[in-house]
Amino acid sequence: MGKIWRVSGPLVIGEDMKGSQVYEIVEIGSEGLVGEIIGLEEDRAIIQAHEDTLELKVGETIRGTGTILTAELGPGIVGSIYDGLQKSLTVLMEKDSFIKRGAKVFALPRDKKWQFSPKVKVGDAVSEGDIIGTVPETNLLEHRIMVPVGIKGVIKEIREGEYTVEEPVTWLEDNGEVKELTMMRRWPVRKPRPYKQRFAPSRLLITGMRIIDYMFPLALGGKAAMPGGFGTGKTVALQQLARWAQTQLNIYVGCGERGNEMADVLYSFRKLKDPATGRLLQEKEVFIANTSNMPVVAREASIFVGITLAEYFRDMGYDVLLVADSTSRWAEAMREIGGRLEEIPGEEGFPAYLGSRLSSFYERSGLVECLGSPERRGSVTVAGAVSPPGADFSEPVTQNTLRIIDALYSLDVSLANKRHFPAINWLTSYSLYVDDVKGWWSEISPEWDVTRATALKLLQQEAELEEIVRLVGPEALPEGDKLVLLVTRMIREDFLMQSAYHEIDTYCMPAKAQLMLKTIIKFYELAQPMLDSGVSVAEIRSSPIVPRISRMKDIPNDTFEQRIKELWSEMEASLVAQRGGVS
Amino acid sequence: MTSSSLYVKETKAIKRTKGSLLVAESIPDIKFGEIVDVWLSSGEVKRGQAIDISKEVTVVQVFGGVSEVDLIGSKIRCKGETLKLAVSEDILGRIFNGIGEPIDGGPSVVPEDYLDVNGLPINPAGREPPAEFIETGISAIDGLNALVRGQKLPIFSGSGLPHNRIVAQIIRQAAVKRKEEQFAIVFAAIGVSYDDAAFFMKNLEQTGARERTVAFINTASDPVIERISTPRLALTAGEYLAWKQGMHVLVILADMTNYCEALRELSAMREEIPSRRGYPGYMYTDLATMYERAGRIFGKGGSVTIMPILTMPDDDITHPIPDLTGYITEGQIVLSRELERKGIYPPIDVFLSLSRMMKEGIGAGKTREDHNNVFMQLYAAYAEGCNLREISTIIGAEALGERDKIYLTVADRFEREFISQGEFEKRKVEETLDTGWELFSALPEEDLKLIGEELIKKYLPKYSEKT
Repeated sequence: MGKIWRVSGPLVIGEDMKGSQVYEIVEIGSEGLVGEIIGLEEDRAIIQAHEDTLELKVGETIRGTGTILTAELGPGIVGSIYDGLQKSLTVLMEKDSFIKRGAKVFALPRDKKWQFSPKVKVGDAVSEGDIIGTVPETNLLEHRIMVPVGIKGVIKEIREGEYTVEEPVTWLEDNGEVKELTMMRRWPVRKPRPYKQRFAPSRLLITGMRIIDYMFPLALGGKAAMPGGFGTGKTVALQQLARWAQTQLNIYVGCGERGNEMADVLYSFRKLKDPATGRLLQEKEVFIANTSNMPVVAREASIFVGITLAEYFRDMGYDVLLVADSTSRWAEAMREIGGRLEEIPGEEGFPAYLGSRLSSFYERSGLVECLGSPERRGSVTVAGAVSPPGADFSEPVTQNTLRIIDALYSLDVSLANKRHFPAINWLTSYSLYVDDVKGWWSEISPEWDVTRATALKLLQQEAELEEIVRLVGPEALPEGDKLVLLVTRMIREDFLMQSAYHEIDTYCMPAKAQLMLKTIIKFYELAQPMLDSGVSVAEIRSSPIVPRISRMKDIPNDTFEQRIKELWSEMEASLVAQRGGVS
Repeated sequence: MTSSSLYVKETKAIKRTKGSLLVAESIPDIKFGEIVDVWLSSGEVKRGQAIDISKEVTVVQVFGGVSEVDLIGSKIRCKGETLKLAVSEDILGRIFNGIGEPIDGGPSVVPEDYLDVNGLPINPAGREPPAEFIETGISAIDGLNALVRGQKLPIFSGSGLPHNRIVAQIIRQAAVKRKEEQFAIVFAAIGVSYDDAAFFMKNLEQTGARERTVAFINTASDPVIERISTPRLALTAGEYLAWKQGMHVLVILADMTNYCEALRELSAMREEIPSRRGYPGYMYTDLATMYERAGRIFGKGGSVTIMPILTMPDDDITHPIPDLTGYITEGQIVLSRELERKGIYPPIDVFLSLSRMMKEGIGAGKTREDHNNVFMQLYAAYAEGCNLREISTIIGAEALGERDKIYLTVADRFEREFISQGEFEKRKVEETLDTGWELFSALPEEDLKLIGEELIKKYLPKYSEKT
């Protein structure tokens, strides 16, 4: 118990705080505003308040809680909407549409009863990470209750039935001591959760976005960043990931972003269905919404809360995707806090530890063998948006992020201005997972890497040709080059462009993507000999097959294979006929 | 902006002054953020706010500057107040200054409530996604960058561009549309010239919207420090009218560049570590706490729509002010000097402009079923035309192929027929879309890739006129 010595914005300094520890959570003043100790100086504690400090007075009490910032883990997380400190926003809504400070709610509902089914028997010896029982949390996700880290023993009693998260369901005996276990755990958010072993990623994370899955694949357990200026579609692209990624659980962290967009995400997830299972997406999603007008310090915590939840589900043996929009706002929160603490700033006022803090987040991704039995693997894939000021990628947050991540989706203002979405620039983006997922793709199509390389080569050629067009005009090019421009235009508009709002095109299965691109390349191969027989590119362009190709996107995933075969035979017939007509 | 208090405390121990900051000995019991009176030895009283309190010192930010503070004779008086706005339905039709005092000669407002000018964050789970189209009657906005209720859509302008006229046109044509519905306009003039403020007030008068308007006026000659509170007061008034009175409120903030300049000045005075171009690192959060007050809430009838105006220094969209704003707002309407020079009004640059909430507000039942397709296809065609225009400046238009020449012409027509319109011309959204279809008739039909065949058959003039 201490007293307020100074208040300056979100920074509070307390005195008589001997015995406190760094990162301890404290409650400030009569309203009990939540704060976190971030520094100690003799008997003074430097506290960052997670809530607005208006009207606090010098001398008001500060109460230590003895605990550090932890996340509540257990049934009830999936489908929840949390703020940056894991307070349930849905529960807060019942009281008021506005967020009042000092409001206290639990992350996990305390009164809800969950059906617990034991997976071990009395007399079994269990240790950390072992799955002792399951709870059907949603129709899509079975919550696996594990022995907490650092605990072992012999099962003395285990109960089947309906229990709340606070009621004990298992009793363990270890060295004569009996421990009660409930279904709820707590974990300090800034500390990575342990695992047995880490592996290199090898399976594709299916996102349903062609430019990602096909051109710059992301692997389960990988880490990717998506930098882009405002209006380049970061949020829409990340929402698409969170919607369609074929994982067991997606966590969407809205960190310092727009409230209306968050509302839109929340609203749409209540209606959209998962393509693989047909169930509502809400049943495999967790939202953390700390919008830009909510307290900055909670924004700093939101990313850690998100990644801790991700790791917890990974430990159950699931593939989890965490999407963070935006890491720049997170970095700005660090800058703001650092500034208040009068730390010596690094580049552009950001704290000198910006790089290490960013990696401490991204490095919590990975494909791992989980602790405990049965043996299982889980993964956390991380995709973060970066919002570089003035779309200038040389700024510190982008540069520090580039050093850590293995897949870059660089969003381009000029593409966005042309309304080419997703505005991922194919010339500047990259993925280091191409070789890792080659094996996975070869099961869909052995031609994947060849087709991919051909398309990228053509696009590179287009960029060079465009330089020439700028000088001499499009008409002065040789016919062969004009054909390249026609084909690359098809690759761009009919393959890479993908509408997030089109009912069918919004999610494209890898097999469909393969056939789509294959069709365009096939068109190119068929058209080349036509030039030799004197058909002009203008004539080829007016072929009825061209608009047919551009409408491939609208063909549903399930009937695609058959429909595309028909298109191929028509294409051959039509182009051959055109060629015959001339010669 | 007053609330009663039972106790008064004061100190004369002012240790030093710097800019508008006063550093005094610690005042017992002062609240963080409390509003205080600063009594100068001349007898003049100024208001200030406690921005840093500790057992050793109290730092007070004085509204209006402290150049003439006398360290010996001055004193600080605390009454336990924080920055609050007195509200009641009677604020409609009134004019206030940048700290909420009436300046229209009328009596002070008999308050129904005192509201904290900083507001409270709306619970994201309680937000209703904006989806109601606002017809502004301007094609470049309705057709391509539709505005919806609860959105925050700024106008990025440059000095000398007609942003005031455009906003006046929007107010005239959109806000006043449905007489039976409860609407209100909150207008905040932040550091603008007297003439600009008068232009708006006169415009509101002419449209008959004057009695449904609350104005907060801080002109260029008023204290810089009050520019920090002006937009907050406006938003607080807007929130009161929307959430307590169920009105659809349009908040106009002109000009937010002046606000940001004031913020920078204040930050420099406080000796904070500057970020880009000397603006404080927290400018994003600071602007967000204001702009995020726009929205709709489940179970409440009203809405808050915010339209900030800002002039981009040197027309530079990457300047921190437009840049950070663009990251917070749901799109932006960007004005172009090039179009202005061509004599096109409104000179809206459709490539740089964007409305993120548009897709929710348009389509069948809201505007028209073909809206999204027309929008996409117009963009694509105009982009192609502009690209060719660039090429033709080097190689000459004659060197282009036939197809390319068509696109070049369509781009010119798009600017002259679609974007350009009269300042007092109100186009219905259907007229706007039909203008788009007129342009499509000039294009090869197979190039209309972004429109489904059914819609082409229904709306393309050569088919629709036959039927």
